[in-house]
Amino acid sequence: MIRLTHDPIDTHQLTESVRDHAAGAVVLFLGTVRELTEGKRTLALDYEAYPEMATAKLKEIAETASTKWPITAYGIIHRLGHLDLGDVSVAVAVSCPHRVEAFEAGRFLIDTLKEIVPIWKKENFDDGTTEWVHPGLDAATDTPVSN
Amino acid sequence: MKLAVQLYARARDLAGLDQVELELNEPASVGDVRTALADCVPELAPLTRGLLIAVGTDYADDSLTVAAGDTVVCFPPVSGG
Repeated sequence: MIRLTHDPIDTHQLTESVRDHAAGAVVLFLGTVRELTEGKRTLALDYEAYPEMATAKLKEIAETASTKWPITAYGIIHRLGHLDLGDVSVAVAVSCPHRVEAFEAGRFLIDTLKEIVPIWKKENFDDGTTEWVHPGLDAATDTPVSN
Repeated sequence: MKLAVQLYARARDLAGLDQVELELNEPASVGDVRTALADCVPELAPLTRGLLIAVGTDYADDSLTVAAGDTVVCFPPVSGG
């Protein structure tokens, strides 16, 4: 199951949705809004997505994961809109026959989501400034960071 | 041909628009879209090298040909999660 939503994520319901008699392991990953990033204090995050592509890429990631691990069931929900400190921004639940594959599959799903799914977050800092998070781009110049 | 390009996140904020209409000579590539975007919206010029471009729901590299009517979407690196 894949979903983008503006509503709070029901993590219990998501976890229950992947439970199955074929699975001996269920792994749940939650991404939550963190207060401190490199010494700056965050008050809130705003998330937006290119929804058609985000959904398509999430399906693609889940299909790839299913070829690598014996996934019994999975569920990925990403929240959009304005999120306060501690809110759950993303939830990934995966069940497999055994724990090693469940952990590995869950890690792959969240890592790949962060790499390729067109969703962005904007920091709202406590000094009143805002800043889009675009990894690899210098926020001051908008040019790629050279290595 | 005319081609509408959708913008997201910082690209949209810098341009002040969520969509830009470009005039391109045919055949046009994704690389041509990148160049035209910088010319048409100077505020986006520094960002264009780092922009990702999707046609439909797939990432496209600069060599891909685009046609009128394609859904072309430009955005800076993603930060979901």
